[in-house]
Order: sequence, then C-alpha cells, then structure tokens
Amino acid sequence: MRKLLLFIPLALFLGMGFFLWKGLYLDPREIPSALVDRPMPAFELPSLTEPERNLTVADLTGEVALVNVWATWCPTCKEEHSFLNQLAQQGVTIYGINYKDEPVKATAWLQRYLNPYREVILDQEGRLGLDMGVYGAPETYVIDAEGTIRYRHVGAVDANVWKQLQAVIEQVEGAGA
Amino acid sequence: MIPELGTYALVLALCLSVLLSTIPMVGAQRGNLLWISFARPLSIGVFFFTAISFVALTYAFLANDFSVSYVANNSNTALPWYYRMSAVWGGHEGSLLLWVLTLAGWTLAVALKSRDLPADILGRVLGVMGIITTGFLLFVLFTSSPFERLLPRSPAEGADLNPLLQDFGLIVHPPMLYMGYVGFSVAFAFAIAALLSGRLDAAWARWSRPWTNVAWAFLTLGITLGSWWAYYELGWGGWWFWDPVENASLMPWLIGTALVHSLAVTEKRGVFKSWTVLLAIFAFSLSLLGTFLVRSGVLTSVHAFAADPERGFFILMLLLITIGGSLFLYALRASEVKSESSFSLVSRETMLLVNNVLLTVICFTVLLGTLYPLLVDALGMGKISVGPPYFNALSVPVGALLMLFLGVGAVTRWRRQDGTALLKQLVVPFVIAIVLGVLSLMLREGESTLWTYVGVILAFWLLVMAISDISDRVRRRSTPVLANLKRLPRSYYGMQMAHLGVAVLAVGIAMVSAFNEQRDLRMAPGDTQQVGDYTFVFEGARHFDGPNYSSDIATLRVFYKGEPYDVMQPEKRLYTARGTVMTEVALDPGLFRDLYVALGEPLENGAWAIRLQFKPYVRWLWLGGLLMTFGGILAATDPRYRKQSRREQSKLETANA
Repeated sequence: MRKLLLFIPLALFLGMGFFLWKGLYLDPREIPSALVDRPMPAFELPSLTEPERNLTVADLTGEVALVNVWATWCPTCKEEHSFLNQLAQQGVTIYGINYKDEPVKATAWLQRYLNPYREVILDQEGRLGLDMGVYGAPETYVIDAEGTIRYRHVGAVDANVWKQLQAVIEQVEGAGA
Repeated sequence: MIPELGTYALVLALCLSVLLSTIPMVGAQRGNLLWISFARPLSIGVFFFTAISFVALTYAFLANDFSVSYVANNSNTALPWYYRMSAVWGGHEGSLLLWVLTLAGWTLAVALKSRDLPADILGRVLGVMGIITTGFLLFVLFTSSPFERLLPRSPAEGADLNPLLQDFGLIVHPPMLYMGYVGFSVAFAFAIAALLSGRLDAAWARWSRPWTNVAWAFLTLGITLGSWWAYYELGWGGWWFWDPVENASLMPWLIGTALVHSLAVTEKRGVFKSWTVLLAIFAFSLSLLGTFLVRSGVLTSVHAFAADPERGFFILMLLLITIGGSLFLYALRASEVKSESSFSLVSRETMLLVNNVLLTVICFTVLLGTLYPLLVDALGMGKISVGPPYFNALSVPVGALLMLFLGVGAVTRWRRQDGTALLKQLVVPFVIAIVLGVLSLMLREGESTLWTYVGVILAFWLLVMAISDISDRVRRRSTPVLANLKRLPRSYYGMQMAHLGVAVLAVGIAMVSAFNEQRDLRMAPGDTQQVGDYTFVFEGARHFDGPNYSSDIATLRVFYKGEPYDVMQPEKRLYTARGTVMTEVALDPGLFRDLYVALGEPLENGAWAIRLQFKPYVRWLWLGGLLMTFGGILAATDPRYRKQSRREQSKLETANA
C-alpha cells in the first residue's frame, strides 16, 4: 500500500504535465469562440455611482457599445483609462464592469481619472465576470444593440486595438442597418 | 567569426556534458573509480566552454555586432556599455545562456568544493547535473541559439533594449535569481544520487544543507531585488503583483524554505527522510516549471518572453524527463527508507513538520492560482481569472499561522518537550507582543485593520521570542555573557537573523498595506499638495535629451512641516528607438517612509498628471529579504560543515585501511 502512495507525486506531476501540454497550443489572448455571438449573461447588480439602483442587461441595450472590465488593482487598467476617456469624448458608448474591487476605491478612481462610462456595474463578487468568462482585467467587449457579445479583446485598449474594435463596430452597425 | 566561436564552444560543452552525464554514472554503478574520476575534469570543461560562449555573446554586444539577430533585437549603439553588457540576458536566448552558465558554474563549484564526498556520490551528483546541463544545452542549440546571424542584410542599428530593462535592477536581478533557481539543482542532484545509491542517511542531508542554504539565499536576494526593481521602475509603486512569473519564483522559494528546515530535521534526527527527498525534487522541479511558464507563453504576464509553442514543447519534454524520471525513481526507492528515531507530539520535529505543511499549503495555493486559468481553458470551460484577492485571501492567514508557529518552534526542544512547561514559557512573551503591537499601532494616526494588528503583533512575537531564546542560551553557562554569545554557533545566528527577517518583512507588509497614502493629481506650476507632514510644490517641467531617449523632467519642491526638505524630479522618458514611454519615478527613501513621485501625462497649460505617494515602512520589505539572505549565508558558512566532512573522510580512510 505504502508503495502505491509513493507514486502519487508522479501521478500528480503527469496530470499537470498533460494540462501544460494542452496549454501550449492555446493562446491565452485568443477570444473563446463559445462566448462570441451569445447574449450577455443575465445579471442584476448595483450601479457603482448610484448603489441603490440595480442594473440589468436591459440597461446596456439600445446601441452598439463597448463593455470594459476594470478594477483599481489592475495597473493595465490605469494605462488604458485615458484612452477610454478619449473614446468617450468622441461619443463612443462605454459601459464599465468594476470587477472584484472595492467600491470606495473604485469611486475615488473615477473621480481622479474621470469617468468614461455611461454606467458602471458593480461586480464585487466577480459573478458576472465568471459568467462572461473574464480572464483578467482589463477586457473589452463589443456588444450590439440587442446586447449580444460580438467581439472580445483581452488586455488594454490602445490606438491599434481601437482600429480592430472600430472595424467590428462598423460591421455590426452595417449588419443592423 | 566570434559568434561562430560561441556556437562552437557550446557544441563542445554539449559533447563534454554528454560524457559527464554518462561516464561517472556508469562508473558509480559498477564501482569503477577511474570512470568516476572523469567527473571533475569534465565539469571543469563544461564550465570552461559555456563561459567561452557567454564571453563571445558579450563581445558581440560590446562590439555592436548587429549581424547577430539577438544583438540587433536587444541592443543599440546609443546604449551605454554597461547596459549593452547586461542586455546579454535581456531576452530569451541570452538569458537562457546565462541559465546554462549558472548551472555549469554550480556544477563546477560542487566539483571543486566536495573533495570530501565519497567518490561514488560525487560521481552521481555531477552526473545528474551533467544530464540537466545536456538537456538545456540541447534546448539552447536547437531552439534558442543567441548566435544566429542576419546575413547578408544585417541592420546598421539595433532595435534597442526594452527600456524597462535599462536599469541597475536588471543588471543584478536575473543573475541572482538564476543562482537561486539553478542552485536548487544541487540539492536535487544530491537527492537523486542518494536515491540511486540507496544511502539516504543523515550524511546525505549534511552534504546538501550548505548548498541548499546558499541557493535559497540567492533566490531570496533575487526575489527581493525583483520586488525592489518593480517598485521603482514600473512606476505604480507596488511591490508584489501576484503576476504568474513572480509566482513562478515564489513557489520554489516556498518549497526551498521548507526544504532548508526539513533538511535540518533529517540531519539532526534522521527522520522525515523521504519527505525531504521529495521536497528537494520539488524545489528544483518548480524552478524548471517557472522556466517553462515564462518561456512557453502559456500564461499572460508582463514578464513573459515571446510565445513559442515549439520552445514550450521542448521544455515540457525536459520537465517530463527530469521531474517524471526523478519522481519515478522516488516511487521505486523511497519505500526502503527507514526512520532512525522517533519523536513525541510536542517537539521541534513536530513544529518543523507544521512549518513544512504550511509552506507546502501556501505553495500549492499559489500553484493552483497560477495554473487554474490554464487548467480551465484546457478543459474547454472558458477563460477565468485569478487575481490578487484570491492569493491574498489564502496566503495572508496561512502566513500569519506560520509566524505564530515559528516563534514556538525555535524554542522547542528536539525529540520531546514538556507541553505545560512550553506553554508557561510562551505566555509572557505572547502578552508582551500583543501589548507592544497594539500600543505601537494605537499611537499611530490612521486606521488599522485586523490584519495590520496581526502582522505587527506577530512581528513583535518573533522579536521577543528571539531575544528570550538568545538570553536563555547565554545564561545557561556561568561564563561571561560576551564569551557565551561568541560560543553560539554561526548557523544559530543565521537562523535568528533569517527569522528576524520574517518579522521585518511582516512589519513592512502590514504597514505599507494599511497606511499607504496615494494622491493622483492634476498639478499646474505653483500648485501645492499636502501629504502627511509633507507639502509638495510643483514648479513645472522642462525638456531634456538623454543618450537614447528624450524626456520631460518635472521639479517638485518638498517641505517638511513647513521647512524646505528636498527637491524631487520625476521624469517621463520617450525611448526613441522603440517609441516606448517610461516613467522614472523620483524617490526619497527612508527607513520609516518613502516619498514616491511619478510623472503622468502632460495636460493643458503646463499642468501635468502627477502621482504622489507616501509609503510607510516600505523599505522593511526588502530589508527583511536582505536579513533572510544574510541569515542563509551565515548558516551555510558555519565551519562545522567542513569539520564534520573531514572527520568522516578520516573515518572512511581508517575503515579502508
């Protein structure tokens, strides 16, 4: 019996090795196809700016928009924030999901760096993030007027990424018209 | 011509390391002393040729030989010579060469320093290290040669070194870290040699202890330097990000720490033998796993080198052979191991077992958190994230528990201890620690959380226990105090110093997490801002041209309680070759607080976005790391290791005579 027990470390290692091998051929930045062209998962979560008000999918529909997942613990979010502000000034609709964060810090952050978001969903437990398959902050989704996810980008949004997102938005808007 | 010599030297090193991994091993198996005696000269040869190859690459960098593609990608004529030299390990290929050189260096050190080891053990140890060297040399030569040429169209100018890496931190951080990572290969090789020879005894633990301590000290230093570098170079003012690559260095450190303690038990008491072997295998395996994670692109990270599945596959095969092979050997051989003594429930053995279990638990948590996204992804269940909240939620309480037991363990006797006597011994220091901890936080302005109290109280706990233990030991003899202090072994002081490092680190973590003040501001010339007792006056920014960058330098005058105190000049640099923007923060370091000023974006009318931070006790984080490092080195250089091995040698000679 004890002899068999001694094989446990080897078995654990082989199991891990198998997953590492599979992981080699997955791109961590790739969009999981399963999520694209699915509706936004249903949720009912408080707004960061007005905590007594609850937001649902219905609040995000009506026009093509970006959904940006961010948190104050995420340094990359800080980097992309000024670009999001620019986009908001250009009239792009951006919704924010404040992911696994502390509301106090998040509110202070938006005061400091300005708020590019039309609405900020407070996802303190990370439930919505889990349903959406958020890999890490920041992530940015393109959703259409019906609230269907059309594109997903993992990582910061900058001028180059925005070109891609713009192409997707144009395509979505063209198909809708 | 020189780069080709570099490749040629690597091929020669490979040939010699193939010989090193076979001849002495076969010799040890058959008891052929002549074959075993090849081990030492072969180790010297492998190091010699790897060093030549490394020098060749360094030369290519210093001579700006942009026909070598690695040099063209990571250097530039405008780069100062010292960064051109450290750029050798600024990318995947060169840092891998440094890895191999370090491995060859450790092999050489074992070959030269272990003259007292029994011949067959030395042959096997060097043989195992030869096998690892062979694997990595193959990896360099087949997938990641730094000597590949861009001919005939070689560029006139290089792409420049990543500006993040143009820094003193980069010159020292990777070599120290690799010394630690690779240093665990020695403990690993000793463990495998012991398994192969079937002689898993206290002597084996004694041989590997100094090597493990040194490797652990280097790894501690490497991680400390990395944290310090991230703090001042990345411009966020953070010191630990739970980034996958940081985790990759933390995991071998945790298991290495467990190994250092478990080796002590095995040497002194002859128990935990098979567990210690397993830890030795794991410590090095996790180092290899870290290499795999960083270089294969399976995880996203700020540190990651360019993703390349082919390279990843090669390292995975290396992992499979070395780790899989050694765990298989372990499964076959470890059942023959018998404990040499027993111990009761309340004893130092139990306390060190608790230490091992807790450290392993933290390590497993970190491993799970690091690999979980990958695991879920591989199962096709979507992509999920694991952030700092997860890691903190688990590692902070377990770390606190570890510190609590640390205080107890260091004063508990080996083998058996009277439980009630121990409790009586602990009550007073514990009360003192609570009083001191609570008082010192109450006297401070600002809000402390429960964990701040826990951290500071436990730090006092370790301090009080250390003082009481030292004074107990000194008072046990009637001779003068100073003579008694001198009589305590060096390894004892090493232990106390490292444990004190844990206390200092805990203070740093607790204080900086609780009392960090941060202001993100828009400042126009003439604007002032108060942070604590300090007033910052922004005087505007001016333009400046550096050797390979252009920059804006802001000037802030700082007043302490109204008195002029300092002028701080944070900088924002644009590195022209790559078009990368870098923040050079202005720091006013101090033992009890850092002032940290980072320059953000230019705004309208000469105003700038500026981040001011007041970071109490942040230096204590790295001070703790340094104390641990010195503790490890003190323990490793205890003269008793030499004396003991000489005694064994003479015993062996008399037995043979």
